Amino acid sequence: MSALAEYLAMGGYAGFVWPAYGFALAALGGLALHSWRRYRAGVTALGRAAGNNGPAR
Amino acid sequence: MINRLANPARFMRLSGAVLPWLGAVTALTLAAGLVLALVAAPPDYQQGESVRIMFVHVPSAWMALSTYLFIAVASAVALVWRHPLADVAAQAAAPIGAVFTLVCLVTGSLWGRPMWGAWWVWDARLTSVLVLFFLYLGYIALVNAFDDPGRGARAGSVLALVGVVNLPIIKFSVDWWNTLHQPASVFRMGGPKIDPSMLAPLLLMAVAFTLLFAWLLLVRMRTALNERKLRAAQLYGAALRAPPRERAAAVGPALR
Repeated sequence: MSALAEYLAMGGYAGFVWPAYGFALAALGGLALHSWRRYRAGVTALGRAAGNNGPAR
Repeated sequence: MINRLANPARFMRLSGAVLPWLGAVTALTLAAGLVLALVAAPPDYQQGESVRIMFVHVPSAWMALSTYLFIAVASAVALVWRHPLADVAAQAAAPIGAVFTLVCLVTGSLWGRPMWGAWWVWDARLTSVLVLFFLYLGYIALVNAFDDPGRGARAGSVLALVGVVNLPIIKFSVDWWNTLHQPASVFRMGGPKIDPSMLAPLLLMAVAFTLLFAWLLLVRMRTALNERKLRAAQLYGAALRAPPRERAAAVGPALR
């Protein structure tokens, strides 16, 4: 068995270790991505709203 | 510090300056933590390689608890002092805490299957953390259940404060009851009883998760304040001149 395959096998626990890291990455990464996209959408919309309406007066 | 940040405009200025640096430090710490956890740390003499799940499970459990404590303190500050950012902070933190709790539950389950022989047991520690997850969901649902955001925030604050009783139950569940879940091995009387080769990745991942929490919190608080400003500008400016169709196009999908 190559060193990489042996590493990936995680001493027989590959079916538990990798899903655990995968789920954590997907959940936290998904939240980060969603939060960031919504933040950028707000910034863009705010800039556009200011451009379209002019300074509120 | 708290009072200096009470002004939302000043908060936006400071958080905007901090955000990119915080993001970079978070990414670097997380990368270093993952290298320690997945490569450098040795396999456990009993658990073998499955112990690597702990480097995600334990820090996310700490974050699940500390985020709830953060929400409870922010709720108290909101109720007592009417700090203008406290509700924003509490509501921005709630989904982060819910995700950390879910990560804790799922990774714990993935560790429990090979080590205990069961995906789930109704043990006091597991059950009280499941209750914490439902408290997060209940808080989020309650805050959004009112047409008036102020009333939703107040109801959520009360729920968050009542739910604090669950935190000591979670922390001491492993001492009060005869649980399958092992007792504390880091925050205990007499200091940690983990080998440094495993304590280092654990603590580094905990620092990385704390930084991630701070970054997410700032991003989400800034989003909430921007969207609030957008709603106000929309109501004001659009009512004055823009025809309805243009108003909808100008504001776009960011508004709920």
